[in-house]
Amino acid sequence: MEVKQISLFLENKKGRLWEAMDVLAKAKINIRALSIADTSDFGILRLIVPDPDKAKKVLTKSNFTVRENDVIAVGVSDKPGGLAGILKILTDADINVEYMYAFVEKSGEKAIVVLRTDSISNGKKALKKAGITVLSSRDVYGL
Amino acid sequence: MIWNKEAEGMRIGEREKLQLERLKTSLGRAYKNVPYYKKRFDEMKVKPGDIKSLKDIKKLPFTTKTDLREGYPFGLFAVPCKKIIEVHTSSGTTGKPTVSGYTRKDIEIWGEVMARALTMCGASKDSIIQNGYGYGLFTGGLGVHYGGQTIGATVVPVSAGQTKRHLDIMQDFGSTILTCTPSYALYLTEAVEEAGINIKRLKLKAGCFGAEVWTDRMRDEIEKRFHLIALNIYGLTEIIGPGVAQECDQKNGLHICEDHFYPEVVSPETLEPLPEGEKGELVLTTLTREGMPMIRFRTRDITTLRRERCKCGRTLVRMDRITGRTDDMLKIRGVLIFPSQIEKALLEVKGVEPHYQIIVTRPQHLDEIEVQVETSKKIFSDEVKQLEEVKKKIEKHIENSIGLRVKVTLVEPKTLPRSEGKAKRVIDKRQL
Repeated sequence: MEVKQISLFLENKKGRLWEAMDVLAKAKINIRALSIADTSDFGILRLIVPDPDKAKKVLTKSNFTVRENDVIAVGVSDKPGGLAGILKILTDADINVEYMYAFVEKSGEKAIVVLRTDSISNGKKALKKAGITVLSSRDVYGL
Repeated sequence: MIWNKEAEGMRIGEREKLQLERLKTSLGRAYKNVPYYKKRFDEMKVKPGDIKSLKDIKKLPFTTKTDLREGYPFGLFAVPCKKIIEVHTSSGTTGKPTVSGYTRKDIEIWGEVMARALTMCGASKDSIIQNGYGYGLFTGGLGVHYGGQTIGATVVPVSAGQTKRHLDIMQDFGSTILTCTPSYALYLTEAVEEAGINIKRLKLKAGCFGAEVWTDRMRDEIEKRFHLIALNIYGLTEIIGPGVAQECDQKNGLHICEDHFYPEVVSPETLEPLPEGEKGELVLTTLTREGMPMIRFRTRDITTLRRERCKCGRTLVRMDRITGRTDDMLKIRGVLIFPSQIEKALLEVKGVEPHYQIIVTRPQHLDEIEVQVETSKKIFSDEVKQLEEVKKKIEKHIENSIGLRVKVTLVEPKTLPRSEGKAKRVIDKRQL
């Protein structure tokens, strides 16, 4: 299964992030990873959660603008040069990274990198070709 | 269907005769019974008898909202209070409200013109009219009510702002005609979608929408989402309420009930009457109103009159959709702008919802316009780049339309006020 990411539109307003988190908390949805892109008047909150469909539903119900889309998740060894190696593969394949964020898995040995390339399938193809294991939703959601 | 074939399809020459005759009677009554009119006529050295043709109307003084306020509450009534059976007032957002008094005959006329309007929307005895205009001092609710009852349709007086009830009644009663403000209609379409109601199971055929300025794009949006024909109605409390003019299914302007309300279009600057086909301020004179005759009332609404024949068979003059108000005009860096222009530009961008607010500020001696636009699902993206592009696209469209650069801010859906009466589109924060 593909790794899904939930993103939502946040106006740059006091308390708005908390409201979004509160909706997820009340629905008992745990957050595996998140990142926020901010501009002067709005932000985009991106989340990896175990049950993206449910998260989308509860957030939409609370009047958030929500979008669900595929992202690439790869495991990177938690040592200097780990991420650089991945990015080199993409650069060599002429693939642009729109954004990315990373988090360390519980055991602490590996870092998980969430990548959004302009074309998800091309990104995956290039990584696989270079022998990188692209993680499935099960690997990521169950962390 | 035409409600009153004789009046609505009358030969123009014949109607003009009728108009002149009614005008003379009305002026005579106003001069005799309303001290305010007598004073104004005397000041301008004109007598009702000087009006020998319809063109002579330009010799008469204008009446404005301010004049009505000075006569508050009953100063412009032409009959003793015991003959007045109902009063309405305007919203009074900019000061004391203006009061409108109706005799029994006035209420009948109101029912008649509203019956014409609703018939243009396809109403008949068999219709179930779900009325979402506010009941009370606002003329919207009772205007539709009287018109529907004149026809003999079933009127469901839901009134404004009871969304849940509206949805239930729409489904359970099988309402065929919806009457409310266009912004509330849009709001209802959202509510219908949210409630998961299958539009195909609704029986709505037509909507009679008005009481605020709206656009053809908004019409398209409402029609698409509600699967009905959305027609524009026009009216104002000072003249009678809704029913002064109504669009027929040709969607080609609103037919003015000119056998009851005589229309002129004047230049907002010089106040000189403009020829048909030219854009200016609509001025209305009541021809049959007993309780409160209005002489050359300046509506502040901007429109154009068109006399070309309409395919529907009515010979009543048509007015264009109101494109703005002379007092709503924004003068930004010397350029005259109507909020409707911004709305139109906004709706040219795919996926953008017609929910917006215009904020005018003057931070450093220079006017700035910010247009807040709600982010819809359709335009939202997980990438900042994409959202910035949408923003720029909207900015470009507005700039092309009004010739001024504006700043667009994307805001969260459903955060801009959806008024159930008139949508407040402009917030002017300048200290002028």
